[in-house]
Amino acid sequence: MECVFGLVGNGFAVVVADTSAVHSILVHKPNEDKILLLDSHKLMGASGEPGDRIQFTEYIQKNMSLYQFRNGIPLTTAAAANFTRGELASALRKNPYHVNILLAGYDKETGPSLYYIDYIATLHKVDKAAFGYGSYFSLAMMDRHYHSGMSLEEAIDLVDKCITEIRSRLVVAPPNFVIKIVDKDGAREYAWRETVKDAPIPSA
Amino acid sequence: MKLDTSGLESTAPLFGANTVLFDGFKDVPSFDVPKTNDFDGFQKEAIQMVKPAKGTTTLAFIFKEGVIVAADSRASMGGYISSQSVKKIIEINPYMLGTMAGGAADCQFWHRNLGIKCRLHELANKRRISVTGASKLLANILYSYRGMGLSVGTMIAGWDETGPGLYYVDSEGGRLKGTRFSVGSGSPYAYGVLDSGYRYDMSVQEAAELARRSIYHATFRDGASGGVASVYYVGPSGWKKLSGDDVGELHYNYYPVLPSTVEQEMTES
Repeated sequence: MECVFGLVGNGFAVVVADTSAVHSILVHKPNEDKILLLDSHKLMGASGEPGDRIQFTEYIQKNMSLYQFRNGIPLTTAAAANFTRGELASALRKNPYHVNILLAGYDKETGPSLYYIDYIATLHKVDKAAFGYGSYFSLAMMDRHYHSGMSLEEAIDLVDKCITEIRSRLVVAPPNFVIKIVDKDGAREYAWRETVKDAPIPSA
Repeated sequence: MKLDTSGLESTAPLFGANTVLFDGFKDVPSFDVPKTNDFDGFQKEAIQMVKPAKGTTTLAFIFKEGVIVAADSRASMGGYISSQSVKKIIEINPYMLGTMAGGAADCQFWHRNLGIKCRLHELANKRRISVTGASKLLANILYSYRGMGLSVGTMIAGWDETGPGLYYVDSEGGRLKGTRFSVGSGSPYAYGVLDSGYRYDMSVQEAAELARRSIYHATFRDGASGGVASVYYVGPSGWKKLSGDDVGELHYNYYPVLPSTVEQEMTES
C-alpha cells in the first residue's frame, strides 16, 4: 500500500513517498512520482486511488497557477492548504475524491510548514505526518527521534530510518521511495531510495 | 464434515484462584468453530479477488527501435469462449495504437472516439497530437465516467515528435507513463517472461519474438487468453503489423513433439 510521510526541519520541509503504481497484486510501474511540485516553493505528496490522485492534484496545481497569473503573487502555503481542503470538502458529500495529501511549503515570512489533509477534508498544520500502512511504522519512529529544528542531515537520516523500518516490517513493502525537499531555494527532488531498478535505458 | 473439537473442550480450571480477576479464565481457552460446510471457500474467493479481472492478455513495451504492441484474441464470457478472433489492437490513427482489455464495446467505442478527437486536434492545430496528449484526452474522458461501470484497461502506444511513447490508461481514471506494461488476466504470466527477456537495445525481430513468446506463455496458463497472438511494431513512419500466429501452433513450434523411444512394443503375434 502507498506510503507517504513528511516532516519539518530547520528552514526546510521534506516529503517522502513510495513510487510503486500498484493494481491489486501487480506492480505496473516501480518509479511513479507521487509528489507533485505545486509551484516553486510547494510540494504536494498524495496517496489514494490513482485516477483521483492525479486528477485532483493536477486540478489544485492548475488553480494555483491561475491565481498567480491573475494576481501576480503566489498563494501562501496556508492558503493553498485551505483551498485544497475546501475543494475536498465541497466534493465530499457529492462525488468524493479518495486522496490523502501532505502539503509542504516554504514562505519567506513564516518559514517551512507541513499540512496534513485527509480524504474526508481534515486539515491540520503539523510538524510530522504520515499516510498509509507505512504510517504505522514511520509515525512512531518520527515521534521518537524528531525534535524541532533538525538539520537536513539529521532529517534525511530519520527518513532513511523510517524507510528501512517500512521495508523490513511491512509485508507488502514498496521497494522504491522518492524524497523531495522544499526550502528557501525552492522545491526540488532530493534523492531516490531504490532497491528495484527498472531496466536501464542507455542515454544517447 | 463436522470437525471433532472435543479436544478443545475442558472443564478443569486453568488457574487455582477463583478471584474476580480470573473469572474469565476458569476454563481452558476454547473457541467456537464457525458452523459451515465450506471451510476453504474463502481461499477461492481470495484468489478470485486478486486475480486481474479483464479476461485477456495484452502487452506493450518501448525499446531502442520503437514500440512493440502485442495481444491475444480470445473473448470469453465466464467459462464460454465466445470468440477466438477478436481484434484487440485498435488502430487509432496511422501512428498510434490502442490495446483492448475489459469490455470490448467500451474499448472499441472510446478508442474510435479518441481517434476522432485526435483528428480534430490535427485539423485545429495543424500538427499531430502527441501520445501524451492523446492518452490524457482518453484518461480525462474515462475519469468523468468513473463509477458508472465502464471497464477499460488500455495502453496507448505511438510515435510522436519526442520519439516512442507508451501510456497505460484505465477506467478507474489511472494513467501511467512507462516503458513496459501488460494488462489483463494473463498479465502476471506475460510480465514474468517479458521482464526477464527485456533489453533496451534489441532488434525489431528480437523484440517481436519476445512479445510473441510472452503472449504465448500467458495463453498457456490463463484460460481466458488464447486464439491468435498478434504483434505490431510502431516506428517513426507509423505502425506495422508484424505477425499473427495461432498460439496452438506456436506451442508445437516452441515445444515440438519428439518421437519417444518405445520401451515395449505391442506386436501382433
